[in-house]
Amino acid sequence: MRFSVSIPVMTAALALSVATASAEQITFVSQGGAYQEAQTKAILNPAAKLLGITINQDSAPDAWPVLKTQAATGKPIWDVIDAPTTICVRGGDQGMVEKLDFSKLPNAASMPAQYKTPYSVAYEFYSSVLAYNKKKFASKAPQTWADFWDVKAFPGTRALRNHPQATMEAALLADGVPADKLYPLDVDRAFKKLEQIKPNITVWWTSGAQSAQLLADGEIDMEMAWNGRVAAVMKEGAPVSFTFNQGLLQETSLCIVKGAPNLETAYKFVNAAMTPDIQANFPAYIDYGPGNPAAYATGKISPERTAQMPSAPENAAKQVLVSQAWWASPAGEDAIKRWAGFVQK
Amino acid sequence: MSASSTDPSLAHKRGEQRLVLLLLAPSLAVVGCLLIVPLCWLVWQSVRQDGAFTLAHYARFFSDAVYWTTFLQTFRIAFIVTAATVLLGYPIAYVAAGASRRWSIFILAMVILPFWTSVLVRAYAWLILLQRRGLVNSVLTDFGLIQNPLALVNNELGTVIATVHILLPFMVLPLYATMQKIPAELTMAGASLGGTPFYVFTRVFLPLSLPGVVAGMVLVFVLTLGFYITPELLGGGRTYMVSMLVSRNIEVYNEWGAASSISIVLLACVFLVFRLASLIIPFERIMGAR
Repeated sequence: MRFSVSIPVMTAALALSVATASAEQITFVSQGGAYQEAQTKAILNPAAKLLGITINQDSAPDAWPVLKTQAATGKPIWDVIDAPTTICVRGGDQGMVEKLDFSKLPNAASMPAQYKTPYSVAYEFYSSVLAYNKKKFASKAPQTWADFWDVKAFPGTRALRNHPQATMEAALLADGVPADKLYPLDVDRAFKKLEQIKPNITVWWTSGAQSAQLLADGEIDMEMAWNGRVAAVMKEGAPVSFTFNQGLLQETSLCIVKGAPNLETAYKFVNAAMTPDIQANFPAYIDYGPGNPAAYATGKISPERTAQMPSAPENAAKQVLVSQAWWASPAGEDAIKRWAGFVQK
Repeated sequence: MSASSTDPSLAHKRGEQRLVLLLLAPSLAVVGCLLIVPLCWLVWQSVRQDGAFTLAHYARFFSDAVYWTTFLQTFRIAFIVTAATVLLGYPIAYVAAGASRRWSIFILAMVILPFWTSVLVRAYAWLILLQRRGLVNSVLTDFGLIQNPLALVNNELGTVIATVHILLPFMVLPLYATMQKIPAELTMAGASLGGTPFYVFTRVFLPLSLPGVVAGMVLVFVLTLGFYITPELLGGGRTYMVSMLVSRNIEVYNEWGAASSISIVLLACVFLVFRLASLIIPFERIMGAR
């Protein structure tokens, strides 16, 4: 049977937000670009097929202001957001993100507790790793953040990200704080340690593309960079390498907007997106690792590819999971505010 | 019966005014919708926080050292860039104004040509030239002039070099326009009265060209205040200009009120610069130097 609905009727239906659409659908939002394209093939299309739903996509490089605006209107149009976990947690604290009912997400049940918050579930992982020029450090390569800070044993130009997240963790690790004692971060100690390396930092990079260019052109000899960017530079044949050792594992998570127009379908989608078999598609399209570690047990990801993935159990064990909950807390926000003054001085 | 309703010339005038208004309407609408309304909204946003009136965003200019240093650095860069464009642009404009028609067209074309290339592309071009293993450093090292590569980029110097390059046309064009209008007879008269070339230049030509210098300086200075892409790409993260403070406030801190207040203060600075300049030469001459 075919319906023909006039545009005014459709608008009225939308305005009244009648939640009885014939075919189930959700609006999913991510950060756009190559990353969103990759997950469309890896996750969204298979999940839509599995559930028989329509997934409408939106993209926002920074979901926060849009989320805030939608919450202010009281009639959000987004259902599911893929965003840095900090946004999900902060949104949850401010009543803009749904507290998750994990009984509706059986696929997330086996995931490590630290991969979940009351408002979010880890979707994919990336890592801020120590990358270096292989030619410059042919005999002995830097392997820890203490090496990065050691300008005598490892002379050369350096770069760090112009953002405190992961950078402050690296500083504390370099200062000898054990990985399991990092949080809550000792902000003063971290800034003191950063002050020490500051004269040796050639560039504080702001975009992933910039970090890749610095490495590829040999402008800097070692830097903190995202594993996906370093892998892309290595693929181009630049004499570059990196270590997962002491890498800072960060994730984006899925969360559901409070008052989402399609709440039940949103739950179904999140659960489907966490299916190990679907999560295992990630490595085929992009250098980011699945959020659900069970994906590595499906046999879908080759051993070579597994070794390159930040969230592969062996690699994850060498890294430190960044506490997004801490960064969403007032202490974390204060640290971010203090950052601008530090870099500039 | 009033005179106005019968006077055909007045009726015609009114009709003409209506036509003028009608013709102006589209551009007025564009200016209103895209400039005036957003600007009012910006002001509104800068004095609001959590639904109440506040001056907290402006108070930050006095309490937060970052704001102060950022404005200071921005103005310092603007001064350096302005001075550099005068020093580089004046001789170019002088030669172009004195040259034959064909040569002056050629010189001006050389000045304007890079203007048609995107700012982003030019920033990356400078990166390739100036970086540690870039063209400039490798040439200098190969000739044995330097041992270690110079830090030409990823700092304030790199930002200044690229900004000067981008803004040079804004200096050369008003200068050229002014110099071209200076009658050659005046300098000839100066020379015939026994003035040395240097004396004639400093006493006759230079004062007459000053309006062009001021116009170019104001344009370059104001445009530098708002630069974003160049310091972002070539500043190495340490060169913080006001526009970056605005974007950081939105991207990192989600502080729209703070970002708005910075924009308003920057706008006020720009108005102030124009006002000061108009004390020297009238505003119309800055925009259409002649």
